[in-house]
Parts: sequence; C-alpha cells; structure tokens
Amino acid sequence: MMKLNVNGKIYDVDADPDTPLLWVIREWVGLTGTKYGCGIAECGACSVHIDGVVARSCSVAAGSVTAAKITTIEGLSPDGLSHPVQVAWMQHDVPQCGYCQSGQIMAVAALLHDKPKPTEADVAENITNICRCGTYQRIKSAINTAAALSVASPATGKA
Amino acid sequence: MSHTIQTGRRSFLIAAAAAGGGLSLGWSLPRAAAQGSAGAELGIWAVIQPDDTTIVRIARSEMGQGTLTGLAQLVADELDADWRFVKAEYVAPEVNLANKRAWGDMSTGGSRGIRMSVDYVRKGGAVGRAMLIEAAAKQWGVPTGECSAAMSVITHTPSGKRLRYGEIAAEAAKLTPPANVTVKTPAQWTLIGHGVKRLDTPDKLSGKTVFAIDVQLPNMLNAAIAQCPVFGGKLKSFDASKITAMKGVHQVVKVDDSTIAVVADKWFQAKTALAALPIVWDEGPNATVDSKQIDTLLKTGLDAKEAALGQSHGDIAAALTGAASKVEAVYGTQFQNHATLEPMNCTAKWDDGKIEIWVGSQNGDASLAAAAEAAGVKLDAVKVHKHHLGGGFGRRGNQDYVRQAVIIAKQFPGRPVKLIWSREEDMRHGFYRPITQCKLTAGLDAQGNVTGLHARISGQSILAYLAPQRMENGVDRIAFQGWTTEEYGYMAIPNLLIDHAVRNTHVPVGFWRGVNTNQNALFMECFIDEVAHAAKKDPLEFRRALMTKNPKHLAVMNAVAEKAGWGMPLPKGVYRGIAQNGGFGSYTAAVAEVSVSPKGELKILRIVCASDPGYVVNPQQVEAQIEGSFVYGLSSVLFSKITIDKGRVVQGNFDDNQVMRLADMPRVETVLVPSGGFWGGVGEPTIAVAGPAVLNAIFAATGKRIRSLPLSPQDLRAT
Repeated sequence: MMKLNVNGKIYDVDADPDTPLLWVIREWVGLTGTKYGCGIAECGACSVHIDGVVARSCSVAAGSVTAAKITTIEGLSPDGLSHPVQVAWMQHDVPQCGYCQSGQIMAVAALLHDKPKPTEADVAENITNICRCGTYQRIKSAINTAAALSVASPATGKA
Repeated sequence: MSHTIQTGRRSFLIAAAAAGGGLSLGWSLPRAAAQGSAGAELGIWAVIQPDDTTIVRIARSEMGQGTLTGLAQLVADELDADWRFVKAEYVAPEVNLANKRAWGDMSTGGSRGIRMSVDYVRKGGAVGRAMLIEAAAKQWGVPTGECSAAMSVITHTPSGKRLRYGEIAAEAAKLTPPANVTVKTPAQWTLIGHGVKRLDTPDKLSGKTVFAIDVQLPNMLNAAIAQCPVFGGKLKSFDASKITAMKGVHQVVKVDDSTIAVVADKWFQAKTALAALPIVWDEGPNATVDSKQIDTLLKTGLDAKEAALGQSHGDIAAALTGAASKVEAVYGTQFQNHATLEPMNCTAKWDDGKIEIWVGSQNGDASLAAAAEAAGVKLDAVKVHKHHLGGGFGRRGNQDYVRQAVIIAKQFPGRPVKLIWSREEDMRHGFYRPITQCKLTAGLDAQGNVTGLHARISGQSILAYLAPQRMENGVDRIAFQGWTTEEYGYMAIPNLLIDHAVRNTHVPVGFWRGVNTNQNALFMECFIDEVAHAAKKDPLEFRRALMTKNPKHLAVMNAVAEKAGWGMPLPKGVYRGIAQNGGFGSYTAAVAEVSVSPKGELKILRIVCASDPGYVVNPQQVEAQIEGSFVYGLSSVLFSKITIDKGRVVQGNFDDNQVMRLADMPRVETVLVPSGGFWGGVGEPTIAVAGPAVLNAIFAATGKRIRSLPLSPQDLRAT
C-alpha cells in the first residue's frame, strides 16, 4: 500500500509502485481532470505539479513520488476557476474540445511560477503540450494576461 | 426528419400519444423531462425554470467546434432569453428516436451542425417566446399585441407591467404551441452575430468536464484492446493462461475475427496484461503492402484512360493541343490520422436485455444503432449518454469502438465496462484521410491566359470504403469536394476537365476535418500559382482574371489581399503566398508570410485568412475555428503522415507522427466578410487554404515547389 498526497489529501493506494502516476490519479484516486493522451510524455495532457514542478504524470512511477506533494487541475485553485491562469483562460475563452486544457493550464501555471514574466521564447520552449484543436494563439494571449494578473496578485500565482 | 417546428411538433405529438406517453402538462415531454433538467417545457427546444434558468436542448455534438454555444444562441435569440440564464443540455438519442426524431439529425460533421439546424431551432425558440407572451397576456387579460419580450422578461407596454420568464413559464407550458411562427430578421437579432462566451468553458478549466474516458461507475471494469496490426488480417490464436494470474485481470475476450481485449479492474492493469498476452495473428495477403507500392498504384491513375467525371466544360483536349505553352505538375499527399487527443473509448453496460452506453460520438443516432446491432437487441433497448468529445475531426462519426465496447460488456452482465484504446491502437486503426495524387495540366495562349485546365485526381475513395451504396455509377462525389462548379472559383477558365481515377488500397479511409478539400485546394492553388509564375503574372492578379464569374470568391480574396497588404513591401527575407477555395457552403482565402533561412529553416510569421460564411452566429468562435483549422491543416502539410510497411501503419504515437505545437504557431489574423443571405459552414472550410498559402510563400522565398507532402523532411536550403 502506497500513500500519496494529492491536492493536500492523503490517499492509500494499492497499485503497484511502478504504475504511472497518471493512472493512479485517474483510476485509484479517482480524479479525472488529468488526461491520458499518449503515455510517452509527448503530449502533456497528463501534466501535474510534483512539489511545484510540472511533470508529465504518464511517465512518472507513482512509487517514486510518495513523499511529494502532488497537485492536479482539481487542486490548482479552491473553486477551480480563480487561479490567474484559469481567470485568463476564461477571459480569452481558450478551450475548444478542452481535453488538453488541464495539462496546458498546469504547464503554464508552473512556468509563471518560475518565470512571472516569460518571454515569447520562454513560452515556446516550455509550453510544448499538444492541442489538436489548435488553441495555441489564444493560449499565447492568455499567458500574457495571466502573467499580468499574477504580477498584480502574486499570492495566488502559486500552486 | 422534421425541418419545421409545426410538422415536427405535430408528428412528435402524434407519436407520443400513440406511444401512450401520458402528456401530463398538456404539451410536455415526459420522457425527455425524465432524462434532462426539470422545468417548464416550451415546445421541445427550451426548458425554463422558476429562477429564469433557460436550458436549451442540443441534438448535435460538441467536439470543440463551438456548436453547443452557437445552437444555444440561435434558440435563445428567438426566445428573447437573457444570455446570462442560458445553459445547454444534450437530447438523449433514445428520446429523439422514441419521438420520431423530433430534434432532427444528430449527426455532427461536414460543418453542418449549425447551418443545417438553423431553421428549425430558431423556430423552436420563437415558439417558446410566443407561448410566454400568450400566457402573460392571458394572466393580465390584455391582447398579446400589447406585450413584448426582451431579456427573459415580458412587458405589457401600456401599463408597464412585467413578468419574468421564470414566473410565467409553467403557465406558458400548458398552452398549445403555435402552428406557425415568424423568425426574426437579421436586423432584429440580439445574440446571433455576437461573440458571447462559450457555455462549456468553465468546466473545461477546472477539470470538471466528464469526457467519456472519465466516466466512473460503480463496479466498473476496464478493457484494453488489440486489433490485427495488418488491416484485413485475423486473430489466429492467443494464450490467456499466461496472463490470467496477473493483478486485476478478469478475462480475455475475443471481440471479433481480428480483435482481442483484456478486461481488468483498472485500465492500466488491462493494458499491461494485454502487452504480455501471447497473440498470433494471421496477417493475410496485405502483409506485404508498403507505401512505395501504394504510390506506384496511384501513379497508374494519373494517366489512366478510365476516370470518374467530376465536372467539365468546353473542349479540354482541343484547348491543350492548341495551347501556345503548357504547364504540368504532379502533387501527392499521404494518409493522415485524426489523432484526437482523447483516444477512442466507450463504456457499456449490459443488463437484463438492455444496453446502456457512455460515449463521445459525432452521431448519437448512429451510436445507438451500432450498440443495438452489436448487442443484438432492438433500438428501443438502448440508452445513450452523450459526452463532450475530446476531439472528433470526423473520426468519431465511425462507431467501431462503440460496437467493441458493447460486445465486451455483454460478457459481464450487470457490470459497466470501459474500453479505452491506447494511443498506439488509435494511431494504427484509424479511418485515414485518403492518400491522393493529382496531375494538373494547363494550357496558356501567347499572352499567358489560361485556355484550359485538366486536373486528374488519383487516389482512394472514402465512399467506396465507408458507404459503397452512396457511390454513383462508380463516382465518389466527395472526391471532388472544393472542386464543384460552385466551389472551385475559376469558372472563367474556358475549357475544364476534373476527373478521378479511383485507386483503392487495403487501408481504411474516412472523413478527416475538411475531407477532400484539403488535397484538392492544395493541388489547385499551388498549381495555379505555378501557372501564374509561368505566365509571368502576379499570383493575385492572375487569379482575379479567372474569377470574374465568381463574385463571392473574388470578394473574399480581395478582402484578404487588402488586409494582408498584398503588393506592399515586406521586411527583408519575408515572402508571401496566397490561396482561395470554396467549401462546406463558405468562401475562404488566405495569405501567408514566411521566411526561410539559408539553412532551410521555415518560419511562418503571419497568416491572414478571410471567410464569408454568409451569416456569422458567433464571431469569436468563428475566429477560434479559423485559427484552429490552420493548426490542423498545417500539421498535415508540414509534419504529419501515416505510412504503410508490411501492411500496417508505421507510426504509433506523437513522437513519430508529429503535429504542430505552440512554438510553430503563426499569428493568424481573421477577416470575416459575411455577405448574408446564406448559412455556410465554419469548422472546415478554411483548413483547405492553409497549406497552399504557405507552400506558395515558400516558393516565393526559395524558388522551390514542394509537390510531395508533408514538407518535412524535405530540403528548403538555398541551392
């Protein structure tokens, strides 16, 4: 039995320790906002924060993060909408199908935490999550808005 | 299918009465109400609750294209509802079926979601508004003509008395829906044409949206699946004993002749066990086919005597024989997979002779029928829970994954089973955009005017694979998408022949966002550019001369040229390309600006895209679709491809089938020029001009014509 700290709650999980964190979050913990897209860390739909650092949970063994604090999209903000990235995403009406957006939001939240004012090159280098609907233009605009919001209220810029 | 509310409503009422539906509130719909939200039903499209919440019923599917919001806007506008109160919910396919499809066609593809629903959903909204006004007038004892509706409030104009919709809806629901209603004129629209926010956004930001893959049910099992890697091959044998002791594993299920599944407590356990399951495939006669052979097969079509006629006028043979000069080129595109980010999946539960499914589908009616067929039950023994799709792009119009889920679930009576395809399975068992080549020949006179054009398509037919009954004497009309007389835009070409040599392979093909307009527009627009260059004319001016009989195409092209500043100087090293096309009832044109470094690195700097879809329901969403269509279209032009070796798909994931990412995203500027009077499609039309605009710009930058797609890994270095 493993213990996992997800969004501040401790879960007892009877999965094999080498089970990818993604599937433990989805199937054992029961939080489905984190998505399966590729299973090989290419698409980023499964992005979560492990001790504040963004990670592609499909390629992290659950047994390796039992001592860590894991944050999923469900734990990014108390109401699911008030993190500056979520506020900006709402303002720009970013999602289309929405399947990749949990991962996009988690990746951007981590980027802004590390680099509150990312350059265009920072964004291109760090936000490599796949969106098949092609919302990249709005994502870029929303990142600028989120950066401005985070600077205005830095306390909520963390997750 | 009903296209007018009066006949739809009547036939539904007859059907409901005949079925002994028990119309408790006079005109309500007990079965639908049982499925959906409670409240007062005004006609069949809207439900209003006491707190003014207005629920609009949606029959089509939301897969990102914004149809859910657009359809709600159409109904709410006619209903004069306050948008802040509007929500949307799906009509259950079995409820639609039980009511003689009163809500019309559920199929969502071909950019038809809005344009083919627009008449009856607007009438549906107008019916609700008339009922609310009538009920208010009755309560006040005044003529209806003295009452007006706006922002979810009825006002009696002479007295100033007001009633909220929520206060009068229950009374209104008791009235007979009017047989005839008049919908608003465009000048009266309050929501149509406005960029309201999407209704589905908040839940997509918080992780709350439950896609089909996210369904969690009590006692649920999970299934992973393997299909014979070679299309047409079969399952020969397997050794279940090797995996039955693995953790969580319940059973190995032979799904059909070529498919096997492992069912376990958790999906990851099922997937792990499936990978360890010894399977022997009988790969069959296709196991030696590769892409080279397929290319050779298609080449035989380029000059074949026999071909299906798309359109022709004048005398092309004489025009080409008598031409002062000729231009000829052969283009080719590869298979493309949809690669929706949510892989194929479906949850099914077999219980007591009834089947229930949870699915993301582009066609709820078809999913219901597929589930019934797979379960061997009548249509009325099926219940379908429609979920938002994590991408569709045409893939989820096919019901293969629904059938599989149902067959597997039948082995576990009373327990829901969720089938999820791995990404690799999804990549290797698609319904691919057909592989296509095209030979184009143009004749020019001494002044460089086009005297004739022949476009010969050679490639696979979607209809021959998916719906052979829709072939018309060997002709697949869909092969000519974007090239019908209404669509291609060059009616002024005096002699024309467009034909198609059907060359089918063993690879499954299907409808892929933009379908055949992708290849056809790319072939035509790159080739017209080649002809313009041969005639030593400006690509825009050259096209204009061919578009004198196509005023709508021309207007859109002029709009894009103006916004892009065609002819104006560009920064050093930046070059432009242009393209236009008509498709899915709309007109589109684009200008791309690119640079290519001496090392051959391509940068797409700017795209300007103009579109005339007639009327625009939500300009923000049309812009979003246009931006997204360039990502999907350029992915296929720049990187993506599906190739065949040993009869099977080579690529397995996003590492070897690359798609566009944020770093590659050019700035897209949208120019909407709605000319009114028609409702054109939005999701697909602009995808067709993405590729040719960029490829023509690459030619301007490098002098290289890229005729074999995708571009990568071809060499753009200066020579």
